[in-house]
Amino acid sequence: MKADPRGVLTGVHFMDGDHACCEGALAAGSRFAAGYPITPSTEVVERFASRVPTVGGTFIQMEDELAASITLQGAVWAGAKAFTVTSGPGFSLMMEHIGYAAMTETPCVFVDVQRGGPSTGLPTLPAQADMMQARWGSHGDYEIIALCPNSPQECFNLTIKAFNLAEEFRVPVMFMMDECVGHMTEKVVIPPADQIEVVPRRHTHKPVDEYLPYETNGDLVPEMAHAGEGYNFHITGLTHDERGYPNMTPQIQDKLVRRLQNKILQAADRIAMFEEEQLEGADVVVVSYGITSRVAQRAIEAARGRGLRVGKLRLITAWPFPDKKIRELAAKVKAFVVPELNLGQMVREVERAAAGQAKTFAVPHAGGGVHNPEDILKVIVEAGRCQTA
Amino acid sequence: MPDSLINDPVNPAVNPVEPFLRSDRMPSIWCPGCGIGTTVNSFARALIDSKIDLQSLALVSGIGCTGRVAGYVKLDSFHTTHGRAIPFATGLKLANPKLNVIVYSGDGDLSAIGGNHLIHAARRNIDLKVICVNNLIYAMTGGQTAPTTPEHSTTSTNPYGVFEPAFNLPHLVEAAGAVYVARWTTFHVRQLTRSIGEAFQKKGFSFIEVISPCPTLYQRRNKMGDGLDAMKFYKEKSKVRNGAPTSEVGLTMTGEIVVGKFVDRERPDYQTLMRAQYAESLGERFVEQAEMVCS
Repeated sequence: MKADPRGVLTGVHFMDGDHACCEGALAAGSRFAAGYPITPSTEVVERFASRVPTVGGTFIQMEDELAASITLQGAVWAGAKAFTVTSGPGFSLMMEHIGYAAMTETPCVFVDVQRGGPSTGLPTLPAQADMMQARWGSHGDYEIIALCPNSPQECFNLTIKAFNLAEEFRVPVMFMMDECVGHMTEKVVIPPADQIEVVPRRHTHKPVDEYLPYETNGDLVPEMAHAGEGYNFHITGLTHDERGYPNMTPQIQDKLVRRLQNKILQAADRIAMFEEEQLEGADVVVVSYGITSRVAQRAIEAARGRGLRVGKLRLITAWPFPDKKIRELAAKVKAFVVPELNLGQMVREVERAAAGQAKTFAVPHAGGGVHNPEDILKVIVEAGRCQTA
Repeated sequence: MPDSLINDPVNPAVNPVEPFLRSDRMPSIWCPGCGIGTTVNSFARALIDSKIDLQSLALVSGIGCTGRVAGYVKLDSFHTTHGRAIPFATGLKLANPKLNVIVYSGDGDLSAIGGNHLIHAARRNIDLKVICVNNLIYAMTGGQTAPTTPEHSTTSTNPYGVFEPAFNLPHLVEAAGAVYVARWTTFHVRQLTRSIGEAFQKKGFSFIEVISPCPTLYQRRNKMGDGLDAMKFYKEKSKVRNGAPTSEVGLTMTGEIVVGKFVDRERPDYQTLMRAQYAESLGERFVEQAEMVCS
């Protein structure tokens, strides 16, 4: 279906990534956000608080991130598309409810504008060190989807995509911005509402006496009912059967947890989004995401200027990790170079997926700034000299 | 629902609250002598008496013995995370103001891990009906000290006696802003039913504390007998003092249990204030929230 024009600020704007993310949420049909102030993400909800009463909806500033991250899920079960916005320390507090959303299959979006950590770390400065936390932060086995924008325009476009994926798979989607992308101001083009595709809720149309909250019909994603519609359904974070009733047997646990994983993993190729450049014939492929992909671009071009055959693979979908893409490339190239604003997170995934077919070089940076392109260039040159694995 | 159904002369075996329960989930996990089932009975009777539209009801629980109430009532019901029933319920209510949202949870869930949400929801006067079953202990996990455990009683984590002061929950929530505050014990089933019915009529944050026995853990460790002994204890120690200053209703291990309706006042709720503020500040630019069902 198409976006509701009331939430779409069609036009050409000069806007930062945080504000563009907010406009993306409104365009996607979100009319509910719960938040708690934290640098460098607060501008997203500040704009939402200003905008939402003019389009019909609610923003509530909660007492902490624990509350914000579950208030939004209450709103989802009342029928809303809802999200929350935070940064590292708040993201840590939200882990419990990322697990709850995964377990109860509550479609929602968690925006994390990453800053330096651990702990309070670098409140106003960038990092990309929450990437593993986004994937593994809550306890138990589960899958989420994570997207990484690298510009304000993508903050708009991909926030819509994040809501759409959340609805399609009934999963919490992590929107992994970073301080640079959040605070960077660039041109943002917001198209007319009739050019914005919005995925509706998988709302059940079954009669009340035929509806089971967690029954699936082949595609692994159940249909939702909302509170107040007469379904008298039950939702729990306990292991549950198709009726939504708690069931403490290993058999039901296995069936449920595997389905929660498989609904994402089996669609991984469809979810995977990248930006590719000159991968054909490349000796070295630079794998990057977020702000680092823009710094890496300069290093890639400098390396090509020296005659090296360097390809670019920018991860737009970080999770589920695009194993297949890396595996295919690993069979053709000598090495991967992975710059990121952490001391080695997604590089491990590249190395794992490459499975020894190609070498993997990390270009770590502890955060607080971005790489010097020279540092990435040096590793590209080194990688270009290595022998095929 | 008419009294004739409650006291069905034709078929006295019909349990009038059965239509409100998920009988396919019985028996419950609650121990013999536990008071939570009694509170659910009062709750269901309050639904009958109030003639409230059942489809408009949503019940939200946290974690613990009382947290399991959500799983046994035949309503839209949400068993959430530990301490977070109130913020989840806040989201339900704000996104669909037509819902009547009940939070049904225990003392540890609501006042310890969820204590911050309790006071802030009361401060905001979110239109929620909170039923807090206070069994004075963490029961599901085996009898640890709660913020409500009376001083000098014994628990698994205070094996030499509890020495930290307990919360006086009615005082806490009144100070935070609740518009309706009452306390009963599971001995006072009719009064409790009436209080729940009154809370349904209030717009704003309503809080009903129900003192409830835990024979398996609290009473056993403190040599206070079984469920029946608890009823005798409540009968003997309770004193009805409607309108009592909540500062005077703190509980002790063996002292008087002051019960009654302590607070019943009017204060605009969160959504009323929010809409008024938007209307005043934005004028014609304010757009009322439409139904959010995004399908």
